[in-house]
Amino acid sequence: MTQNAFISVRNIDKHFGAFQAVNGASIDIGHGEFFSLLGPSGCGKTTLLRMLAGFEAPSSGEILIDGQPMTDVPPNLRPVNMVFQNYAIFPHLSVRDNIAYGLRKQKLSREKRYEMVDEMLDLIKLPGYGERRSHELSGGQRQRIALARALILRPKVLLLDEPLGALDKQLREQMQLELRALQQTVGITFVFVTHDQEEALTLSDRIAVMSGGHVLQIDTPRGLYEAPNSRKVASFIGTMNFFDAQVLGAEGGHFVVETQGLGKLRVPSAGRNLAPGDKVEVAIRPEKLTLSDHKPDQSDGAVSGELENAAYLGERSHYFVRLPGVEQPVAVSAQNSEGATSQVNANTHTWLNWSESAIVLIGKE
Amino acid sequence: MSGRGFNKPSRSLRLYSLIFLFVLYVPVLFLPLFSFNDSIYVKFPLTGFTFEWYGELFEREPVWNALMNSLKVGISVSVLSTVMGIFAAKAITRYRFPGRGPAVGFIMLPLVVPLIIFGVALLVLFSRMGVSLSLYTVAMGHLIVCLPFSVATLIPRFEGFDKSVEEASSDLGENAFWTFWRVTLPMVFPGVVASLILTFTVSFDEFIMAFFLSGSEPTLPMYIWGQLRFPKEFPSILALSSIIIAVSFLLIFISQWINRGAHVTSVKGD
Ligand SMILES: Nc1ncnc2c1ncn2[C@@H]1O[C@H](COP(=O)(O)OP(=O)(O)OP(=O)(O)O)[C@@H](O)[C@H]1O
Ligand SMILES: [Mg+2]
Repeated sequence: MTQNAFISVRNIDKHFGAFQAVNGASIDIGHGEFFSLLGPSGCGKTTLLRMLAGFEAPSSGEILIDGQPMTDVPPNLRPVNMVFQNYAIFPHLSVRDNIAYGLRKQKLSREKRYEMVDEMLDLIKLPGYGERRSHELSGGQRQRIALARALILRPKVLLLDEPLGALDKQLREQMQLELRALQQTVGITFVFVTHDQEEALTLSDRIAVMSGGHVLQIDTPRGLYEAPNSRKVASFIGTMNFFDAQVLGAEGGHFVVETQGLGKLRVPSAGRNLAPGDKVEVAIRPEKLTLSDHKPDQSDGAVSGELENAAYLGERSHYFVRLPGVEQPVAVSAQNSEGATSQVNANTHTWLNWSESAIVLIGKE
Repeated sequence: MSGRGFNKPSRSLRLYSLIFLFVLYVPVLFLPLFSFNDSIYVKFPLTGFTFEWYGELFEREPVWNALMNSLKVGISVSVLSTVMGIFAAKAITRYRFPGRGPAVGFIMLPLVVPLIIFGVALLVLFSRMGVSLSLYTVAMGHLIVCLPFSVATLIPRFEGFDKSVEEASSDLGENAFWTFWRVTLPMVFPGVVASLILTFTVSFDEFIMAFFLSGSEPTLPMYIWGQLRFPKEFPSILALSSIIIAVSFLLIFISQWINRGAHVTSVKGD
């Protein structure tokens, strides 16, 4: 990836006075990729995006786009376009003139320009909206105008700063689908900022998880979900049960660890270097655990505990099981399929089962 | 500010504002009143109604000359001061630079420092430099007087819109000049028009600077001042002053109207 990355962010720092907003970020993004920056509010996502667009200069480090160093290239000459968090529609211009704004330099005839705008309006499913003003548009419509205004220039990269943040849930989900479909149609590299993990998982080819100016992990949605490299990433993406553990030894690509609550486990070593006695954590997703009322015959592991409470959520149910020696109740999530043991009473004895491959080893921070 | 429930008009406050307006404007209203009076003496009772004094004005060559002088100075000063005001307001609202606070203070200073001080200072400066007094020196003086009005009119306009629309323009490929031309200027345009009118009016009515800095060509207020020595001319001067007052009122009203809602409309924009 590093060799033929389309966008290459190399060891970027950004200071605002004494405050460091971005800390040693290195990211490679491939051509045509839908890439997301995910992280809590204030973690530096917008700052990183603005450095890609050229509105902020990195304090140190380098950005390359399509192999070209961007250090001395002003925003208007970069092959990227941005959809702003507040859309930044020009209020003094009509929708048509907004979308055609960037075409001035191409010296096209008026007819040609209007034709291109109409094509764009069709693409974003707002045909006939050309004469409107921005204050006559809904939030979702503005967002699409902002998108069209950038796409009409056929940029190599489209930067999107929480473009769906201001929309209600229903519209947001609809726009997510449209955005993904659009990206596949136009084949442009998208760099998408969001603090909504579900949105990132739905849309992205790959995601960079950020926190406090650091890039914690870059991986596919599946990779992040199944193999988070730190407790922060694991808890930011979905829910996760954590257990303190101590390494006992290694055997054939696995570590044997003694956990607090789940007993002795074998976990894939995944190239880690750990010595006996090292303190680690193991983690497992709620939906990778199953419940049963007797000790299962076939299972990689099982422990018994007390079912504390259950929450029925329609499609699935959440159960919380208290294990001896574990502070937090363990979350279990199960599909409510017909005929399953859906009727579980609180304060009953139950067995927790898991398969070995579901266990994730996380280094202690 | 206070809630709607608390808006029974206070009678004493209303009385106060009536007296305030009365004291402020009634003396001024005597000018048009006597300018239509059929007598060269300004005293009651009024003797009859006439347009004579107005008619007489139109036949006087020097009045037309002074008017042309005032127009020349007023138009060039309003354009210059508005252009300078645009850049000053943009710098003040868009960039953080060391000494920004003091710089703003200096620009606004002529609003509070007595103009006679500026007038004398400029006069000394010009005579030291060997610059002979002319309409140019008057215009220089007026520029100092007008700049704070331009800046004060334009700053709310610049503050009223989000800088992300300027960023969007540069993101869409336009350099600083085109961004200014296609986005910034249209968005602050009502403020620009208001500033042009306001500074024109200020320059057109200004007397003290003109008094110190005019050469042989008088502006209209200077001409009026010159004519006050001749009692016979007085009714015509009243007529002239009345016209100036009416036009000034109209211009200021228009500029306020154009620039109404300097905040409201622009904040709605994004
Ligand atoms: N121009 C600036 N001057 C000083 N500090 C800034 C500036 N811009 C951003 N910061 C700080 O940098 C940090 C990161 O800001 P940034 O806007 O990148 O966060 P974000 O991840 O986009 O958050 P959000 O999800 O809330 O938009 C914040 O703590 C912010 O206060
Ligand atoms: Mg942000």
